[in-house]
This record gives sequence, structure tokens and C-alpha cells, in this order.
Amino acid sequence: MIENLDLGMVNWARAQFALTAMYHWIFVPLTLGITWIIAFYHSIYVKTGNEEWKRLTKFWMKLFGVNFAIGVATGIIMEFEFGTNWSNYSWMVGDIFGAPLAIEGIFAFFLEATFFAVMFFGWNRVSKGFHLFSTWMVAVGSNLSAVWILVANAWMQHPVGQAFNPDTARFEMQNFAEVAFSPYAINKFTHATSSSMLMAAFFVISISSWYLLRGRHIVMAKRSIVVAATLGLLASVFTIFNGDESAYEIAQVQPMKLAAFEGLYEGQTNAGLVAIGLINRDKKVYDQQEPFIGFNVHIPGLLSLMANRSFGSFVPGMKDLVYGNAEHNILGAVQKMERGKKAVASLDAYKQAKKADDKAAADVHLASFNEYKEFLGYGYLNKPEEAVPPVALSFNAFHVMVILGSLFPLIFLGYLYFSYKGNLAEKKWLLGLGTITYLLGIMASQAGWIVAEVGRQPWSIQDLLPTTIARTNLTASTVQTTFFMFLALFTLLLIAEISIMVKQINIGPEEN
Amino acid sequence: MNGPPEHRPPLLLRIYQFYRDGFRQMTVGRTLWKIIFIKLFIMFAVLKFFFFPDFLATTFSTDAQRADHVIDQLTQSAQGYTNPVKGERL
Repeated sequence: MIENLDLGMVNWARAQFALTAMYHWIFVPLTLGITWIIAFYHSIYVKTGNEEWKRLTKFWMKLFGVNFAIGVATGIIMEFEFGTNWSNYSWMVGDIFGAPLAIEGIFAFFLEATFFAVMFFGWNRVSKGFHLFSTWMVAVGSNLSAVWILVANAWMQHPVGQAFNPDTARFEMQNFAEVAFSPYAINKFTHATSSSMLMAAFFVISISSWYLLRGRHIVMAKRSIVVAATLGLLASVFTIFNGDESAYEIAQVQPMKLAAFEGLYEGQTNAGLVAIGLINRDKKVYDQQEPFIGFNVHIPGLLSLMANRSFGSFVPGMKDLVYGNAEHNILGAVQKMERGKKAVASLDAYKQAKKADDKAAADVHLASFNEYKEFLGYGYLNKPEEAVPPVALSFNAFHVMVILGSLFPLIFLGYLYFSYKGNLAEKKWLLGLGTITYLLGIMASQAGWIVAEVGRQPWSIQDLLPTTIARTNLTASTVQTTFFMFLALFTLLLIAEISIMVKQINIGPEEN
Repeated sequence: MNGPPEHRPPLLLRIYQFYRDGFRQMTVGRTLWKIIFIKLFIMFAVLKFFFFPDFLATTFSTDAQRADHVIDQLTQSAQGYTNPVKGERL
């Protein structure tokens, strides 16, 4: 089947979705994270009554407003793309995603229309207590409104609590709690929100460091840094811990993704984690080339510990997962394809029997389909090697994320240490580094999503629906046109945001 | 001696005034609202309308037809199948 499809369209549709999602994700983490930081600033103002804290709170609120305004509704474009480019997928998951995403839309609207307005317009208009409550509610509500989209994404990576209905061609929700509270979903939510907090902390630190280097707004910058660095340190340590928990979940439900982002072709016991290495882009799962070019440094046993919580345990490599490994009782894509093709054939036979009104035959074929349905997606692969995601991109993105993520707590610690010593303004090297930390945060965050989404290829829904079947039959040129339109629109919007943001940063906080 | 009782406008009026005054006092917010409206116009009146039709909604009339189409897509590797052309209503 796949050879008859226009793969160019699939790749263009994927590129368009990636462009939209990555652009959207420039704004979302800052919104999620900075609302907490602003809530802390606002709380300190209400507690101390010190006008400097009010001025500081209003300044960061203004920058948050710029980010929010430019970013708002950019996510809606993804919904357009679902209906046009990914119609099969949209239809199949409608029962799982429809209600939660609608609730999220309504919830976000009412939240933004009430508490958001009170937060911005409420100075001297409502009581201090209600004003502060509204600021906290914006933080709580913004983060809660991210829950369902992250639950939906987690479900695609680990589709629990569902059953496929062969009459309607839909995945139907069987257990809401299993979907909403799957460990994968919880890890995804905590990882996304805590990493957003650290990104927002870097946003504050970048701008405040620039002020300190310029000798402007020194008191405000120092105060902003102390709160942001404290929250950022907590968030960065938490992000490392729940990132480790995410890796454990991935090892259990998406072992191919884990093997790809570690460049692990041959399964190993006591498998080491690659600390640094240059992946061989030309290597294929079936050839004998070396996976790394030149030197690479492994930390012995750490990958086994991460994947199975045991140093000596076996971590399957891509070859094991493609061709199978009887010794370790691992079913390969080769065997799964046989079962998947039986599932597809049974589904087809069931459909024909229903059309012929042959109930007895339909029951037999349905039973056969149910026996093999967990391998349905493999029935659409032509070669077992298609089950391997792009290894080099997954590996590089994962290591960029991990290396930067490991560096982040040290940067926050450095800021806190010199703030405590009272000589932060003299540490030009740290302030220089600080001005680019927000960019580093964006890089790590985007790399994380590349690991999550490229690493799960070829699947739209893990093991059940490959991207080649999830799509609509359109020509590549149709998608190319809108891809470049989005590129132009997003570039203009980004220029607008950066211009307004830079102007506001230059102006600085309002004078008392 | 008590003064005249303070007149407090009704709640709905106060909410309206709160929003009205808030919007009036905006500075950078005015530019941001313009950007938001231009963006929403481009998204919904141009992109959605001309470039992003919902394929299943515009090609098929009923949910049963949509389900049949998707099932056909899922099973076409097991049989000969011709896809409907985009825009052809069944």
C-alpha cells in the first residue's frame, strides 16, 4: 500500500505540522512558566507592600502580554491541518480527543476572559487579594489548559484505554481514567510544565542580565533574578528527574525510540549511555557499519539503569526490535508485520462479509481481527526496517536536550551563589552567558519535542497507525503552497514579536 | 451626621466599566490587539476558508460514508481500491 502513496505529500504534511508545532512551542512554554514567576513577584508585592515589587511585576506582566498576544491562536492552525492533511487520523481519534479538547477550549476562553483581564486591568480597581488571586489563577489555568493536549499527545505515544471499532473506523474511549492518568501522560505533563518554568526563568535572567551589563534597572534586575533563579533551579532539577522517568516509560512502551535516540543498534546487557559521540548518519540497521564516527564516550550501565531500573539488565537495540531476538523473547517488526497483515486482511474480510450481510462470516473475521489488532499498524509496513525512526536526528536532538538540561541547574546555582555573595553585577562572564540562556532553553525544549515526535516515527499512533495511512490523499503541491504561506506568516509574526518585545525591554519598567 | 448613601452601579455595569476602562488605558496592548485581529482574520477568513477545508466533511455527506471511506483506506492494501478525488461529493 505504502508504495502507491505520494510519500512527498506525507513528508510535506509532516514538515508543515512540525513547522506549526515548533513555532507554537516558542510561545507556549514562556506563557506556562512566566505566569508562575509573575505570581510569585505579585505575592511578594502584596506581602511587603514595596512599590518596587509592583513595578517589577507590571513589567514582566507586560512582556508576558506581548508573548501571549503573538502566540495566541497559533495552535489552531494545527487543527486546520488535522482536517485537511490528516483526515484519516482525525476521524479515527475523534472519540478520544474531541471532548477533552473542546473542554480545554471553553475552559481557556473563560479563564482568559475573566482572570486574565483582572490580572492586567485590576491594579487599583479590585482588592489586592482578589487581584493576586487572579494572577495565581492565570498561572494555574494556563498550565491546566495544557493538560489535555499533552494527554492527547501521550495517548498517541501509548494508546491506552481504547478499543478500535471496525464498524466506525474509530478508536473509542473505554476508560477515561486510563487515558487521562496514564504514567506516560503524567510524565509528559510534568516534564513539559517544569521545563517551561525553567525556560521562563531563563527569559527573566536573560533580560535582567542584559540590564545589569548595561547598568540599568539594577535593583529590579537583581530582584527578578533571585526569584527566577530559585524557581528555575527547582524546575531544572525536577525536569531532570521526570525526564528520567519519561525515559523509563519510553523504554517500556517505545523501545525503538529509546534505541534510536541512543544510537543502540545491537542490544546489550549493562548498556551504557552515550555521553558524547558523533553518530554515523549513513548506517542502516541491516549493515555492518560502525554506529559512531571516531570516538564516543559511554557511561557504563546507565542506559540499562534508565531503561529497566537495573544496571545489569538487557536493553534491546534496533536490530533486535526489527528482526527479533528469541533469547530475550523480543518480537521483531518482521513477526509483527505478519500479524499486522492478518489484522488488515481480517478487517477487509469483515467489511466484505458485512456488505454481503453474511453475519456468520463477519463474526469469524471479526474474531480474527481482534486476535491481531494490536499489530494493525505493522500491516501497512512494506519492510521491517521501516519501523526504525530517523536515527541521527533522534540521537542528536536527545543529546542536545540532555547536555543542555544538565548544564541548566549549574547556571541557576551560579546566579544564586553570586546573588548571595552580593557581587553578581561584577561577574560579566556569567551575565554574558545569562543573556543567551533563554535561547539555550528554547533549543533544549524544541530538541525535546523532536525526540518525542521524530523518535516515534513511523507511527502517528504507536503500533496502530503509521503516518502514511493517517494522511489525506492530497498532492504534495497543495501542502507545499500552504507550507510556504505559513513560513511567511510565522516569520512576520516572529519579527513583530521580537520588535515589540525589544522595544518594551528597551523602555524598561515604568517609573514610580 | 450620615452623608447620602453611596450609589453603587449594578454588577453588570461595573464589569462593563472595568473592561471598558481597562481597554482604554492600554498602550502597547492596542498594538497587540491589532496584531491578534489581523492574525485571526488571516487564519479564519483566508487560510481556513480557502486552503484548509475539512476533507471528510466536504467530500462526504454522512458519518457512515466517512467511516466507510476511512475503512476503505485502512483495507486497501488487501484489495483493489480507487480513492475519491478531493472535492467529489459522494
